[in-house]
Amino acid sequence: MSYDNELYQQVILDHNRNPRNFREIKSATHSCHGVNPLCGDDMTVYLDVDSEKGVIQDISFVGTGCAISKASSSLMTAFLKGKSLEESRVIFNEFHKMVLGEFDPEKQENHLGKLKLFLGIREYPSRTKCASLAWHTMIGALDRKTEGVSTE
Amino acid sequence: MADPNTALADKSSLDVEKIRNEFPILSKKFNGKPLIYLDNGATTHKPKCVIDRVQKFDAEEYGTVRRGSYKLSERATQLYEESRQKVADFFGTPDRKEIVFTSGTTQAINLVAYSYGRKFVKAGDEIIISNIEHHANTVPWQVLCEEKGAKLRVIPVNDDGELVLEEYGKLLNDKTRLVAVNHVSNALGTINPVKEIVKMGHAAGAKVLIDGAQSSPHMQIDVKDLDCDFYTFSGHKMYAPSGIGGLYGKMELWESMIPYVTGGDMILQVTLEKTTYAKPPARFEAGTPPITQVIGLGAAIDFITGIGMDNIFEYEKSLLDYGTRLLQGIEGLKIIGNAKEKASIISFVLDAAHPHDVGTLLDQDGIAVRGGHHCAQPTMIRFGVPATTRASMSFYNKYEELDVLAESIQKVIKMFS
Repeated sequence: MSYDNELYQQVILDHNRNPRNFREIKSATHSCHGVNPLCGDDMTVYLDVDSEKGVIQDISFVGTGCAISKASSSLMTAFLKGKSLEESRVIFNEFHKMVLGEFDPEKQENHLGKLKLFLGIREYPSRTKCASLAWHTMIGALDRKTEGVSTE
Repeated sequence: MADPNTALADKSSLDVEKIRNEFPILSKKFNGKPLIYLDNGATTHKPKCVIDRVQKFDAEEYGTVRRGSYKLSERATQLYEESRQKVADFFGTPDRKEIVFTSGTTQAINLVAYSYGRKFVKAGDEIIISNIEHHANTVPWQVLCEEKGAKLRVIPVNDDGELVLEEYGKLLNDKTRLVAVNHVSNALGTINPVKEIVKMGHAAGAKVLIDGAQSSPHMQIDVKDLDCDFYTFSGHKMYAPSGIGGLYGKMELWESMIPYVTGGDMILQVTLEKTTYAKPPARFEAGTPPITQVIGLGAAIDFITGIGMDNIFEYEKSLLDYGTRLLQGIEGLKIIGNAKEKASIISFVLDAAHPHDVGTLLDQDGIAVRGGHHCAQPTMIRFGVPATTRASMSFYNKYEELDVLAESIQKVIKMFS
């Protein structure tokens, strides 16, 4: 017997086991600490932004959390590396609305690529914040939120 | 499957199937599976007798209490006070006026922190809690200490999750104003030696509050034997409606305390210049109380005392022993909290998966458990985990349900490895 669950697909399980960009960037231009006080997920996102070109040259994260939060962080960092700041904010908006069930990438034009994997989470309201924590933290870093961000 | 020999268990006179039939929700399916409800530490389900009593009261007997001079109100007041008497009997005090109703344990502790704390705690005083308290028995004292310039001190726990009484003894001194500890830890299940804790606290001249949120549904409580100064409870964890709970307090303390919430019903006389306060318990029950919920609480107490608190304790202990043995046998699973004296709570972590993932996946099999820090972050920090999965059992749970739990945990481990 095993679970057949739309949320826990192989890609997500793989990124949980082997998270990409799971490291600190010593020379980061931006960083932010994010917490989900309800479940204790805790992470820091680092970015190295080329300010002249407005491009994310490098992005990484460290922290603790569930498989959804870790896989979401891992996939986010892999996806945003090399993207412009403008694109990144558009993707954040689409992703954020998708997990809340307010944006359907299956019906609407989007820039989400493989991040559509997280579409299933809209069926699990208690878990949406697990998927969005990394994204809020990334935006917090770009917005210089030195006090950190919280999902609550 | 549950082997009646290994489940040595059933020495008690408790008929689980008959009890389960009293709970309508237990025959419902979730995610296409029969509900296996193991989150009783968070809240418990309601038996038909409570549901029916509440409905009948609202349909035929509802009225305001302590005010109207008409029959409906007089009758509602009588039923309301009868419920208070049931609570008093349940906790072992002959004087029902020693019971004050609140919305639950959180408000009960806040009430003491305000009504006792604001009056009697001074700068330089000390308040003692333990390292395994719920936030509801932590934050009100932190706030009080900050406000008053008092000091919060913490009884440590050993690696099994038991309070170290020797260290507690060293913390006590003539500055100790109050000791506030739980009877049963919501995160670990540890049953604390509260009688001893009260005795030691009193010897140092301190008052002692016991947070009974997790003990009152599971065991016989006798506040007079414990000699505690306050004992709190939450109705919704005792098969009663949500929004009702309260606390026992010694009458001489109630009489010395200032009101927490003020307004109607808690006064003796109000003029525009001055207000005098009513006697306890009314002094601490401002406003129209949750009348229907109080009536439901009375019905819930009748229900559990009908089963018998000793029977409940014994059966739930067998469930705990059975579940503990099953889970201990799973490779990659570690139980957090291995106190010798435990209530029916098993908190655990898996090497393979985070508690939130465990919770979501077990739900696929209809199993409701809690994954998180259980509003006890200092406990999690002490044991070096961000969160645990908690299975908390009730007398309506069956051995077979724990078999399903163990199988499902194995499936989670397989999926993540």
